[in-house]
Amino acid sequence: MASVQPLILRGRWLILALSLCFIVLSSIGLGQLYFRGDYRIFFAKDNPQLQAFEQMQLEFNKSDNILIGIAPRSGDVFQPEMLQLIREYTEAAWQTPYSIRVDSLSNFQHTTAEVDDLVVADLVPNSQLSAAERLVIRDIAIAEPALVNRLVAANGKVTAINITVQLPEPTQQQQVTEIWSFVSDLSAQFAARYPNVEFHHTGIIALNYAFASEAEQDVRALVPIMLAAIMLMLAVLLRSIAGALATLLIIVVTVTSTLGIAGWLGLFMSTATVNVPTILMTLAVADSVHLLASMQFALADGKTKSQAIQYSLQRNWQPVVITSVTTAIGFLTLNFSEVPILRDLGNLTALGVMLACVFSLTLLPVLMQFLPLRAATIQQSSGTMARLSEWVIQRQRLLLWGFVLVTLLCTALLPLNRVNDEPNKYFASSTSFRQANDFMEQNLSGFTSIDFALNGGVAGAVNQPELLQALESFSNWLAEQPEVMHVNTLSDVLKRLNKNMHQDDLAFYRLPETAAEAAQYLLLYEMSLPFGLDLNNQLNIDKSATRLTATLYNLGSKELIALEQRALAYFAANWPDYQLSAASAALMFAYIGERNMASMLTTLPLALLLISILLVVSLRSWRLGLISIIPNLVPALIGFGLWGLLVGEINLALSVVASMSLGIIVDDTVHFLSKYRHAREEGRDSEQAVRYAFHSVGRALCITTLVLVAGFAVLMFSGFRLNSDMGLLTSGIILIALLVDLLFLPACLLKLDKTGRTADVSPATTKHS
Amino acid sequence: MLVRQQQNTADTPRQSDRFGIASGWLLVASLLCMPLAQADAEKGLAIATEQKVRDRGWGDSESELQMVLRTAQGRESVRRMRTLALEVQGDGDKSLTIFDEPLDVRGSAFLTHSHPTAEDDQWLYLPSVKRTRRIASRNKSGPFMASEFAYEDMTSFELEKFSFNYLRDEPCAELTCYVVEQTPTDSFSGYSKILVWVDQQHYRVMRAEYYDKKQSLLKILELSDYRQYLDKFWRAHKLSMQNQQTGKSTDLLLESIRFNTGRSAADFDVAALERAR
Repeated sequence: MASVQPLILRGRWLILALSLCFIVLSSIGLGQLYFRGDYRIFFAKDNPQLQAFEQMQLEFNKSDNILIGIAPRSGDVFQPEMLQLIREYTEAAWQTPYSIRVDSLSNFQHTTAEVDDLVVADLVPNSQLSAAERLVIRDIAIAEPALVNRLVAANGKVTAINITVQLPEPTQQQQVTEIWSFVSDLSAQFAARYPNVEFHHTGIIALNYAFASEAEQDVRALVPIMLAAIMLMLAVLLRSIAGALATLLIIVVTVTSTLGIAGWLGLFMSTATVNVPTILMTLAVADSVHLLASMQFALADGKTKSQAIQYSLQRNWQPVVITSVTTAIGFLTLNFSEVPILRDLGNLTALGVMLACVFSLTLLPVLMQFLPLRAATIQQSSGTMARLSEWVIQRQRLLLWGFVLVTLLCTALLPLNRVNDEPNKYFASSTSFRQANDFMEQNLSGFTSIDFALNGGVAGAVNQPELLQALESFSNWLAEQPEVMHVNTLSDVLKRLNKNMHQDDLAFYRLPETAAEAAQYLLLYEMSLPFGLDLNNQLNIDKSATRLTATLYNLGSKELIALEQRALAYFAANWPDYQLSAASAALMFAYIGERNMASMLTTLPLALLLISILLVVSLRSWRLGLISIIPNLVPALIGFGLWGLLVGEINLALSVVASMSLGIIVDDTVHFLSKYRHAREEGRDSEQAVRYAFHSVGRALCITTLVLVAGFAVLMFSGFRLNSDMGLLTSGIILIALLVDLLFLPACLLKLDKTGRTADVSPATTKHS
Repeated sequence: MLVRQQQNTADTPRQSDRFGIASGWLLVASLLCMPLAQADAEKGLAIATEQKVRDRGWGDSESELQMVLRTAQGRESVRRMRTLALEVQGDGDKSLTIFDEPLDVRGSAFLTHSHPTAEDDQWLYLPSVKRTRRIASRNKSGPFMASEFAYEDMTSFELEKFSFNYLRDEPCAELTCYVVEQTPTDSFSGYSKILVWVDQQHYRVMRAEYYDKKQSLLKILELSDYRQYLDKFWRAHKLSMQNQQTGKSTDLLLESIRFNTGRSAADFDVAALERAR
C-alpha cells in the first residue's frame, strides 16, 4: 500500500476514468430495480409456515383479501340508505381487479324453506324495503353465525365487505397498487355520496400496500432529512464547502453503484432494503471525514496539498480498510437471518460499505487534488480531550467497576425482552393501516386470523357424521377461546341446511345424521349459489378436507403461537383419526421472529469471533485483541438491557441489530486501540498510551460517532416500526459504544495491560497508523 | 348466404371525394361504422340461428358422463352421471341428470325445464330424505358439483339468452371458425361476455372464452372429439374447461350417447323424478 499511495495521485486520470466507467456501468442496473411490498418477501421459500400456508391456499381457494369496514355515524347499518350503500358497494366491488369473490351483508346467500321449495337469495334484495322487512334482515343477520362478528357487528353499528383476490404469481407491487387504488377510489366515491359514512380498509392487500407506501414514505421523508443532516454536520465539522461536496459525491456514487449492482443482480427493493441508501450515507460519510480531517490537519502543519493528501492516505488507509471490513462482516452476518429481505439488506450494505471504502481511498484523494481545501483551525477541543483523558485516568477504578456493575445489571435485564412480531404493530399508530385495523378490531373483527384445515383422509370424508361432529365440537371449542372473535365453519352451513330441509323447524338446526344427507344437502346448496359465492373456499376438490377460519383479536406472536399449539393439541387429543393443520399470514409472522432470533443468536458469537481475529491480526497483539471483545460486546448488552427495561419487545428487525451494530461499533475500538498500540510500541506505558490515544483520535471518534448516531436516528422518523425501532436501538448502541470506548476501554487497558512495557507487542513492521 | 349479403351492405355507402382523399376516407370510415356494427350483430345472430337450426330435430337422448375435476397441481376427483334429454319445440329443452358418483350423492336426480326467456325451473330429488326440492333461486352461475362448469354453461342453448355480435373469422385447428361474441341478457349470469369459435362447415362450437363481470378472462372451454349421430347431429365427447384465474380445470367426458330412446314428456315431470334411477 505504501507504494500504492503515490500511484493513486499519479494515475489520477486513470482512476477518474475507471471510476466513471464503473459508476456508469453499475448505475445502468438501476433501471432493473423494482419494488415489492408483498408480505411474502419476509419469508424464505423453505419457511415451514409459508409452505403450510401455500399448501392450504392450493388445497382451497386463496384467502388474500381486502376488507372494507363501513361505519355510519348514525350507528345503524340497517337503515334504508345504508342497505342501499352496501348493495351498491358490493355490486361495484365485483369490478375490483383480480377479485374472485365478494362477501357482504347484502349478498349473503340466505336460505329458507317454502313448502317444497328451497329459496336461496341475497339477504338484502334489490327493492324498497319496509321497516318490518329491514327488521327481519337485521334479526337474520345478527343471528347468522357466518355474518355476525365477521361482516356485521352484533350491535349493528359497523359492517364490512370482504373482497377475496387471486393474485398471479409472482405478485408484483403494481397489482397490489391496482387493487388498492380501485378500492380506495370506490370508497372515496361512496364517501362523497354518503358523507356520514366512514370507510376503513384492512386485510392482506391493505397490509401489502401499507408496506409499500410506508417504504415510499421513508424514502421521500428520510433521505432528504439524512442529506440535510449530513451536509449540516460536514459544514460544521470540516468548515469546507469543497470537502462537503466531495463527500456528498462519494456518498452519491456509492449509493447509486450499490443500488445499480443490486439491479444487475436481480434484487428488488423492499421495506427493509429501501433504507440501504440512508444507512450507506451514514457509513460512507465516516470514511471521508477521517480522510478529509487528516488532510486539513496536514495543511495546517504547512504541508502542500499533494503532501497533505499523501499524509492522509498513509495515516488512514489501514483503519479505513479495517473498519470497512469489520462493518461489512457485521452486515454480512445478516445472511444467517431467516428473513430474505434482511439478507438483502445485509449484503447490499456490506457491498456499499466496501465500495465506499474503495471510492474514499481512490476517488476522494483524486477529487481533492482538483478542489480547494482549507486548513484546520481547531485547537481548543484537544484540550477537552486532554482533560477527559486525565479524568479517566484518575477515576479509572470507579469507571471500571461502575461499568462492570452497569453491564451486569443490564445483562440481568436482558430476559425482560420478549420476541414479538405482529404485522399490525409494525405500523405506527399514526398510519392509516394501523388506524383501520384498530378501529375494526374494536368495532367488528380483528385483522389476525388462523385457518385450520381438517382432513379426513378419504374422498367425501367431510360428509361423514363423525367428522362433522368433530368439526362442530372443535369449532365450538375455538369460539369459546378468549382470543377468538369469530369462527367461520362448514358445520354452521350444514345445520342451517338441515333446518331448511325440515321446513325451517328450529329443532333441526343440527348436523345431518348420515353422510348421504350431508352430501345431498351440499349438492342442493351448491346448485343454488351464484358465481363466486361457492363453497370451494371451505371444501377441497374431493371433499376429503374442510377449512375453517378463526378470526382473532390482534394478538402478539407468543399468544398466537400458544393458541395455535393449544388448538392442535386439543384436536389431536380428541380426534386422533383426523388431521388438523393450521396456517395464516399472522402465524407466519408469529414464527418468523422466533426463528430469526434463534438464528441470529447463534451467529452473533461467530461474528464476534471473526471480528476479534481480525483485530488480533491487525493490532498484532493477542492481549489487545482479547481486550477488544469487552468494548465490542458491552454496548449491545447495555443497549438490549435498557431496551428490555424500557420497551421489552423484540421484532424481527431488532433481532439483527446486535450483529449489525457490532460491525459498526468495532470501528471506534479499532481506532482507539491502534493509536494505543502505536504509543505502546514507541515504548510508553499504558497511562501515557491512553493519553496519546485520546489526544490523537478522541475528537474524530466523537465526530464520526455523532454522524452515525444521527444517521440511524433519522430512521426513527419512519412510520414503519421495523425501521424506526432498528434506528432507535442501533443509534443508542452506537452512542453507548462511544461512552464505552472513551470511559470503559481505557479503564480496562489501565487495569489489564499495565504489566510490562511492550512485552507482548510484536516489533512493528510499519510505522504508520 | 346471409354473410355475403351483409358484406355488400357494408360496401355500399360510398362518398364522393369532396374533402380531399384523406378526409374523404375518414368520412367513409365513419359512415361505414354504423351499418358495420349492425351488420355484425345481424351476422352474429345469423350464425347462432344457423347453429340452432342445424341442431334441431334430435328428439331425445340418453348419455353417460364423467367429470374429472383437477386442482392447479393436478390432483383429480371424479364424478359420474347420466343425463336424459328431451327436445321441446317452442320452449327450452328438458333434462334429467342422475348422479352416480360420488357414492354419497348416488341416486340424486336433477330435473330442469329450461326456458328461453323465463327462469329455468329446477328440482332436485334427494334419495337420503326421499324428497324433491324445487330450487327457487335465480342463481345459475355457481359451479356445477364444485367443477369449473357453471350450471349456465350446461343448460340448453337458446337464442333469447344472448345478444350476438360477429367479430371475425379465425382458423381453428384445420378448420375456419366464426368468432362470435355472446352477451348474456340475464343480469344473473356470471359472465359479461362469452367469445365463441364456431366452425364454418358444421357450425359446431370448438372453443369458448368466458369473461367475468369485471371483463377479465375467467375460463376457456375447448371442445374436441366431435362425433356425428343420426348422420346429422354433432356431439363433442370431450369438453375441457380451464379456469384462467385459479388454474383449476374440469374435463367433461361424454362416454356414450344414444338417440331416440323413446322418452316422452312424462319422463320429465316432477313426479318422474322420484322414479328415476
